[in-house]
Amino acid sequence: MSQYWRKNQVKIAPWLFLAPAFLVFALYVLNPIAQSVWISFHEWDGLGEKTFIGLANYEELFEDEQFWISLENNVYWLVLYMLAPPIGLAIALFLNQNVPGIRLVKSLFFFPFVISQVVVGLIFAWFYDPHNGLLTLLLGSIGIEPIAILSDEDLVTYGIIAAGLWPQVAYCMILYLTGLNSLSPDQIEAARLDGAKGLRMLWHVILPQLMPATFIAIVVTVIGALRSFDLVAIMTDGGPYGSSSVLAYFMYEQSMFNYRMGYGAAIATVLFLIMDIYIAFFLWRMIRAERS
Amino acid sequence: MFPRPIEKAPRSRQIAYKTLLPIALIAWLLPLVAVMMTSARSIDDLNKGNYWGLPEKWMLIENYAEIFRVTPMATYMLNSVIITLPTVIVSVAFATMAGFALAKYNIRFRILLFAIFVGGNFIPFQILMIPVRTLTIDLGFYDTPWALIVFHTAFQTGFCTLFMRNFIAALPNELIEAARVEGVSEWKIFRHIIVPLVRPALAALSVLIFTFVWNDYFWSLVLVQSDEVRPITAGLNALKGQWLASWQLISAGSIIAALPPVALFFLMQRHFIAGLTLGATKG
Repeated sequence: MSQYWRKNQVKIAPWLFLAPAFLVFALYVLNPIAQSVWISFHEWDGLGEKTFIGLANYEELFEDEQFWISLENNVYWLVLYMLAPPIGLAIALFLNQNVPGIRLVKSLFFFPFVISQVVVGLIFAWFYDPHNGLLTLLLGSIGIEPIAILSDEDLVTYGIIAAGLWPQVAYCMILYLTGLNSLSPDQIEAARLDGAKGLRMLWHVILPQLMPATFIAIVVTVIGALRSFDLVAIMTDGGPYGSSSVLAYFMYEQSMFNYRMGYGAAIATVLFLIMDIYIAFFLWRMIRAERS
Repeated sequence: MFPRPIEKAPRSRQIAYKTLLPIALIAWLLPLVAVMMTSARSIDDLNKGNYWGLPEKWMLIENYAEIFRVTPMATYMLNSVIITLPTVIVSVAFATMAGFALAKYNIRFRILLFAIFVGGNFIPFQILMIPVRTLTIDLGFYDTPWALIVFHTAFQTGFCTLFMRNFIAALPNELIEAARVEGVSEWKIFRHIIVPLVRPALAALSVLIFTFVWNDYFWSLVLVQSDEVRPITAGLNALKGQWLASWQLISAGSIIAALPPVALFFLMQRHFIAGLTLGATKG
């Protein structure tokens, strides 16, 4: 035994090192993915027997108006969230100076990302309050009538997305601040000698060097947009009349409140497939970088 | 440095910049400032509609004492600690070993295994929800701290493994090979060479995972339901339902919920940012 161990240690040890992480991950992440897809072919209330119904959940889903509303809202989230990297970059450029106290200012700018989305949701619900919210007061001071953003079917999703952008911009800002710190000074000096400055400099010299930061910023922003659940649940519960729902929330609602596990699993599977496009892209890039 | 340092700009621009900076900061944090002010207001202030001026009467200590007295806030906080700390320790420990295995051994499927950990970490929670909930009930963990500890540990292991594997891959191989030639066992190589070298990464990762788990809301809705077990995020939302009119209390609760991650961030800022941007500075 010990003879065998000594001889093959280098071969066996890595698998032992890997085992705990892999086992918990397989049990709680990999297996549930497969199970969810399987459940999506059934009708199930979560307690009784599952009844296999083939693709019926998906057929129903594609005719369900609430599904399309949620999907559309996910698209809004995705598109508007893409504002986070450029705004984050703008703030990072603004803050990338060496004046006294700037370190503290940078950390304070980063604050919204550190606090829980539950708190962000509560803060913004308060901010939008049509009676005494700050937004109402600000609009009132320039003569605009109060708008109840969170109870307006057309505006509610934008209101929630704005709340979500607050921490997301902070995240992108920190990525860019770190990126700006590791710029090559030689290239910048050379470009300056050639007379480059301002936006042209930013576009042709700085942005290419910030590519890694941009890549991470876009990945985390896309994932954040598609994962949006907390803010919707905190601020509106998907309302009014389901107009601010997103797939993540719609799934939760169907399974937890309506006990339609099969249907919920089908929604989750669709969301998972959408997300897979981005995950595959990320993995492909990562593996390519790994090989080179 | 880009943009050009402001010290080299004309004096007028320097002054403009230094004035703009605090204004921009206050504007950016305005919603948060408002909540902080509200947490120090009296109920009279709120009834009178004084939401945004200075509080007429400062009730800072009273409000914060009140929330601990009339709501289960202390229990929620304690629950969050009970759930978060073991999760951080175990997931980071598992991931350090897994990261070492994936970074420094030429095992089969290592890219595939690594990709599984990375990909798993980006999936939507909803695809896990029903089976994880069922599994939690079957294991008898539902509505106990274990429900959240075990799930978070398993899930965060994915991100931690990504992080640790990248960090360990950048360490030199020579040390490990030299030790191996000396006949040092693989476990001792891990324990006495790798672990000391990854200490900065452990700190960065721990801070990050603490924040992620502390701030989790979705799983605290799905895996627990009673006040005795609820972490602060779900607790805060429950309070919102019960104390609808008492915004000064909800605000105080929000500030308390936000404090631990914020404090940790300030104490360990360098580590925190190193954690978030890992991979952002190298391609």
